[in-house]
Amino acid sequence: MHLVYPAVLAALLFCVGLYGVLARRNAVLVLMSVELMLNAVNLNLVAFDVWLRDTLHAGQALTLFTITIAAAEIGLGLAIVLMVFRTHGTADVDRLRTLAEGADSIASATDSPTKSGAAAAPQGKATAA
Amino acid sequence: MTGTLSSQGHSFLTPGGVEIVFVLVGLAVLGAALLTVTTRQLVHAALWLVVALGGLAIEYLLLTAEFIAWVQVLIYLGSVVVLVLFGLMLTKAPIGISADADSGNRWVALGVAVAAAATLVTLVVDAFRCTWIDLAVGDGSTRANGSTLFRYWVLPFEALSVLLLAALVGAVVISRRHREER
Repeated sequence: MHLVYPAVLAALLFCVGLYGVLARRNAVLVLMSVELMLNAVNLNLVAFDVWLRDTLHAGQALTLFTITIAAAEIGLGLAIVLMVFRTHGTADVDRLRTLAEGADSIASATDSPTKSGAAAAPQGKATAA
Repeated sequence: MTGTLSSQGHSFLTPGGVEIVFVLVGLAVLGAALLTVTTRQLVHAALWLVVALGGLAIEYLLLTAEFIAWVQVLIYLGSVVVLVLFGLMLTKAPIGISADADSGNRWVALGVAVAAAATLVTLVVDAFRCTWIDLAVGDGSTRANGSTLFRYWVLPFEALSVLLLAALVGAVVISRRHREER
């Protein structure tokens, strides 16, 4: 098989994931796009391991390590997203600008309660007001 | 691009069956990935992610990396997608079409992605256009992977298990509901 096929597929998949990371608003969808990017890297590792055939089998061993780290990353990432959702009432990444410059003016404008946020985050609104 | 590439009996013009299947499955993977990052229904995005990751498992099988393929099926399709679906439901994601699934900078993101894709594809095609993989020797079996993993990669393997445990404990601690503060 030509090496260009898996390499080009991995490059395109990485760029699709890049678009998703930059363009998506929901934090869980951003994490899914990160998974796409990690899978592109895995495909590259497997293809180059099959091409090079080194004795250490470095490509496939590193692919296993990457898959494990991706599992740890998605677990921790979802826990963080869940905590952010509990405290802020939203999981939209471009509404979470408490740490942005001029956070006081923006926070009072954008921390208006969403439908679910009214019940979930009374504490956050009290401190922002 | 296809001019002088018929050396060693390989040619772009006469692709083998494995290459044809690889390209077709690759197109399916790319389409599913595009739908994952563009669909407006959040749960459908997770389900299209299943298609993309499953297609990638088929690509691993075509590259004779069978152990990686089954690990991909087990971990990605089995646990990561289920975790993502749990995350979508626990953050009360809307079931139907949500109009604001994409943020305002999607055109900038599209520009960045297209530029990165053009650069990477040009670079990769230019670098590896005369390189062929010899798929005859299957070296991705569980036996080969296990012997190399436990012969040469034992220390990273054990460190990774500690990291996985730490991530598990961290996820539990982070997502635990505090009693009196909230």
